[in-house]
Amino acid sequence: MSERAFYIDYSRCIGCQSCVQACAECDTHRGVSLIHLETIQRRESVQTAPQVCMHCEDPICARVCPADAIKKTPDGVVQSSLKPRCIGCSNCVLACPFGVPRYQVEIDQMMKCDYCYDRTSVDKKPMCATVCPSGALTFATAEEIQRSRRGIAINSWKFGNEVVKTKVFVIVPREVERVNVDLVQISPTPSALSEDPYDVALMLESVE
Amino acid sequence: MTKEKVKATFWAFLVTAILARLIVLGSRNLRNFDAALVGYTFATLFAVFGITRRYALWLQRPPTAMYWKRGWTVFWRLFRPRYLASNGIAFVRRIVVDFALTRFIWRRGRMRWAAHWFILWGGVTAAAITFPLVFGWIYFVTDADNFDWYRIHVFGYPTFAFPIRSVFGFFVFHGLVWSSVLVVAGVLLALRRRFRDHGAAALQRFGEDLLPLLLLFAISVTGLMLTASYTWMKGYGYDFLAVLHAITVIFTLLWLPFGKFFHIFQRPAQLGIDFYKRAGEEGGQAQCIRCGQPFATQLQIGDLKAVQSALCIQYGMQDGTHYQDVCPACRRKNLALTQDALWRTPEAELQRFDRF
Repeated sequence: MSERAFYIDYSRCIGCQSCVQACAECDTHRGVSLIHLETIQRRESVQTAPQVCMHCEDPICARVCPADAIKKTPDGVVQSSLKPRCIGCSNCVLACPFGVPRYQVEIDQMMKCDYCYDRTSVDKKPMCATVCPSGALTFATAEEIQRSRRGIAINSWKFGNEVVKTKVFVIVPREVERVNVDLVQISPTPSALSEDPYDVALMLESVE
Repeated sequence: MTKEKVKATFWAFLVTAILARLIVLGSRNLRNFDAALVGYTFATLFAVFGITRRYALWLQRPPTAMYWKRGWTVFWRLFRPRYLASNGIAFVRRIVVDFALTRFIWRRGRMRWAAHWFILWGGVTAAAITFPLVFGWIYFVTDADNFDWYRIHVFGYPTFAFPIRSVFGFFVFHGLVWSSVLVVAGVLLALRRRFRDHGAAALQRFGEDLLPLLLLFAISVTGLMLTASYTWMKGYGYDFLAVLHAITVIFTLLWLPFGKFFHIFQRPAQLGIDFYKRAGEEGGQAQCIRCGQPFATQLQIGDLKAVQSALCIQYGMQDGTHYQDVCPACRRKNLALTQDALWRTPEAELQRFDRF
């Protein structure tokens, strides 16, 4: 049986927010939820997308950090910024191809998903994967994934001409070898949208 | 040796040589230099060499070089009449709030702040007292006319005198005691957090997180023991304690360039970032090419692209756009949509249709 790894399957996310709540329970960043949960186009679709740190082999966030504050552990986990070093410039926030790091204004520092290092370093599941009811976020062995999923797990991405390999895997159809990220633009269709001022989705958009 | 290392080593030699020259000049050709403190002096010179070399290497990383250049440009703008009032106030406020009071640590936790604040001010006062004494820049002389008075000499020039047995004298002569008490209190609070906090326990490393605390504790306790020895124990074990104290201080000085203490020299860069952000806000916002919303300053996005180019990060897209012009939220949405699209091949649609 191989070692357990983290798998994302965006298409399985049901937007229940369990991961968002559980994330804040992690001991390494207690009280601060660092996972992202995006609504894709709230008024037209229920599609949601969870995003944890993908823990790149050669993290771009660390490369563009002027303070040299982002370090990777020997087991490949990219940690939050080192608190004594981070100068709060947000370069990492803007440069990460997966849009993961968060700039925490009140402490003037970057924080990001750290793979629940207090748990995964002793082979426990990360908090988000522990509570995810749909398997969109899974911490499992390769054999378990192979047995239970239709697609395959890959960890190679291409953003423009930049190839990125990650510790976290994504589930894709079997014929795919690498995720080539092109800009997917959903055209807004105003005529199809409700004009109802009490439309809940519309109200949530205005809150955001 | 790489070009960067040669450059850094040059700067390290230069700064160390300047300090050595200043020690000779400030102590009046070593006339006022206390030979018993020569070990501390050489350890300090080594520390200065190491810190300068690491700093110079750090400054040559493309992102650091970019911010170093930009930071100074926006800093000098401070002195232009147009910006003097607003930026001057912001500068002073930042120094007081972030450096003297460390408010950003207060917001991370009260105990954490107390630990850091005690260590910070204990360390700053100790350094302000110790280094000028070690370098022979400041020394005390008994007044020729009055043996109960001490006169302070700075760089060999006599300044004011004060009675030895006075409240002022008591506070001055025990300056390092007050510093040690602050440091010990801070170290104990920091160790308490490191031993009890599960998150800290998972992430901390001995060399990076515990060793600096143990070194500060060892310096402070051996220093306090010296005072206790000559004050209450008639100098019992003084020589041994003096050597032990010297070992702890010298080891810490030698360790300064390598470990966590380096942040003392690195972290003031935060000040430059504050002014960089202010300058960026004046120059307009960059808008995301996907959602059209502003997400960062144009200045920073432009600089980031230049840094990426220097680091060979190739974010240029097939259609001529640049991935750096996509906001972080749209990147996250885009990933889900991309994965979704991978499943929507004609074959997959056909399979789905067949199932019904």
